[in-house]
Amino acid sequence: MTALAKLFRTTTFKLTLVYLFIFAIFAAFLLGYFALNTRRLITEQITDTVNAEINGLNEQYNQGGIRRLVLVVDARSRRPGSSLYLVTTFNGDTLAGNITEVPPTVFNTPGWTETQYRRVEETDSGDHHALVRVFQLAGGFRLLVGRDLEERERVYHIVIDAGKWSVAIVMALGILGGVFVTRRVLRRVDAMTETTRTIMGGDLSGRLPVSGSGDELDRLAVNLNEMLERIEALMRGLQEVSDNIAHDLKTPLTRLRNRAEEALRGGQSESGYRAALERTIEESEALIRTFNALLMIARAESGHGRDAMQDFDASDVARDVGELYEPLAEQRGLSLVVEANGAAPVKGNRELISQAVANLVDNAIKYAAPAVQNNGAPPEIVLSARIEGDTTLISVGDHGPGIPEADRPRAIERFVRLEQSRSQPGSGLGLSLASAVARLHGGELRLDDNKPGLKSVIALPRAAPLHSLG
Amino acid sequence: MPNFSAINVPRGRGRGFDAAAEPQPDRTRMRILLIEDDREAVDYLVKAFKEVGHVADRAYDGEDGLALALDGEYDVLIVDRMLPKRDGLSVIGMLRDKGIETPVIILSALGQVDDRVKGLRAGGDDYLAKPYSFSELLARVEVLARRRGSRGEDTMYRVADLELDRMSREVSRGGQKILLQPREFRLLEYLMKHAGQVVTRTMLLENVWDYHFDPQTNVIDVHISRLRSKIDKGFAQPLLHTVRGAGYMIRDGAR
Repeated sequence: MTALAKLFRTTTFKLTLVYLFIFAIFAAFLLGYFALNTRRLITEQITDTVNAEINGLNEQYNQGGIRRLVLVVDARSRRPGSSLYLVTTFNGDTLAGNITEVPPTVFNTPGWTETQYRRVEETDSGDHHALVRVFQLAGGFRLLVGRDLEERERVYHIVIDAGKWSVAIVMALGILGGVFVTRRVLRRVDAMTETTRTIMGGDLSGRLPVSGSGDELDRLAVNLNEMLERIEALMRGLQEVSDNIAHDLKTPLTRLRNRAEEALRGGQSESGYRAALERTIEESEALIRTFNALLMIARAESGHGRDAMQDFDASDVARDVGELYEPLAEQRGLSLVVEANGAAPVKGNRELISQAVANLVDNAIKYAAPAVQNNGAPPEIVLSARIEGDTTLISVGDHGPGIPEADRPRAIERFVRLEQSRSQPGSGLGLSLASAVARLHGGELRLDDNKPGLKSVIALPRAAPLHSLG
Repeated sequence: MPNFSAINVPRGRGRGFDAAAEPQPDRTRMRILLIEDDREAVDYLVKAFKEVGHVADRAYDGEDGLALALDGEYDVLIVDRMLPKRDGLSVIGMLRDKGIETPVIILSALGQVDDRVKGLRAGGDDYLAKPYSFSELLARVEVLARRRGSRGEDTMYRVADLELDRMSREVSRGGQKILLQPREFRLLEYLMKHAGQVVTRTMLLENVWDYHFDPQTNVIDVHISRLRSKIDKGFAQPLLHTVRGAGYMIRDGAR
């Protein structure tokens, strides 16, 4: 496509043409109306003057007869100007006047006629037009009074010409302006197209140019850039997930394979085989668990579960989860304390939030138990639900080893199990799952210092208080 | 002290093949129809069901499955959600429309709560996400098959000298009153409702706690050992048994 053809095909240019066309029609109409009216006005002026003159001359005739009329007409004929006079006898002989060669039909039609004429003193046969009135005098004489129309036509043509020119200039300027604006827009759209091409080519870091004028193209570019930002983040996330999956699923898979191979090498008793198979099943169960957790996180992050939102009290969730884990905590030498007395309304997916809280409690028990046994840390784990301003907070605080402040953002990432906890069982997805669930509900997961230990807080937007208590 | 040796049993081991010393459920022969397009899985399940004394028929697509289910007298149907020719939920819908109320377990690769709700709404009675262990499936099949005409409406559950009154919410053993927490009562109620049948940890979590997620650590085991210490401690005859690799069962061992 040539540059010009591309230009003509743009919306901006087509719009310019449409507007120009409409404007030209309007201008032509306006000026035409103006020209015609001017012409009519001048004609009216002429007829008024001619009528007045005829009345005056008729009076002269009535007072002084034909002699007086001839004298007056003769005198007036000699004056310069555009007035035309002619007095004839009943058979057409000229008595006085300044014109000649008037077609004889004019005299036979009384009233107004537009006609050709020639002035007496003029020798050329120039094409003159006049508006004349023939008046029948008593005694068979005819009086013709008229005005040359040259002036009227000149004014008329000036207006018409002005109209033609202005329309032509408007069209020219309009098209030029249209081309200019269109090219400007085209340049920006071309730049955007160029960027999107490189992005489609795989370079997600590209961004659309923003001119800074805040116009509609800028707004579009800004929005698209935000979208690109999000896509890039998602892609990066996907990349990380696949890297992490590769890492955290490959390790147990390799272990699984090695065990099976070792068992196959043989020379074992039946119970040896059985033990190997049992370990294989155990390992695959752990894999399935990790895989399920991953799926859950992916679904929560892509907004799944939003349709199952309901109003409920986070205090109930805290009490239920506390009740589920309390025996486990006791068995591990810990005491799980639930502080959930007031109402803490939340709108959300109850199952997902329960799972998130369960994960946090599970983590707390897992990490705090050895700390209590080895260096006598306080055995309390506090699970609480409460309202603070506009947020509903569900927190789990333990006195385990905690997480150094620098490591906290990383701990929420998928699969990250900080080095000292590598030996602990679990998929390492508990915190990321809780974080994904919190974000699904428009909240966040915070990790704070419990002095000593870790305090994980799920902060969710507070919902309207529950009216009916279940 | 509770018996902790029961806790660290790995989940999902194949069962029915080992240790005759373990408590065996009261098993009557059942007719099962499997509708699933994964042939290897179906063949394995048919063989496994046969080994524990049940009869299983198979269909590899929705149309065949529907035809078989309409003809045959089955105790339980096991239906995969995604099937060739006619999907699982539609098979169930057709059966229910025709007034066939055979219990159905839906198998699905989709394990989220909303999928489960959809499956149950379509007329399924239970929902099991893949991958599952045979012991889990077997336990659910047996519970479902026996559910019809079972003791669901009884107000009093009795196993040996253990009694649970559902109205007054009282539990006693050998005439001796036992105090239980509300959740422990529901746990025991569920176990006794299915006395003589294996109940898995997941089934307990779903039916007693109404949670459908995996709580990482086996919290259920600790609840069971607490309950066990309340109802079995001090009595010669233990009633609450651990079935290795499968779950738990309340059973009158002396019978």
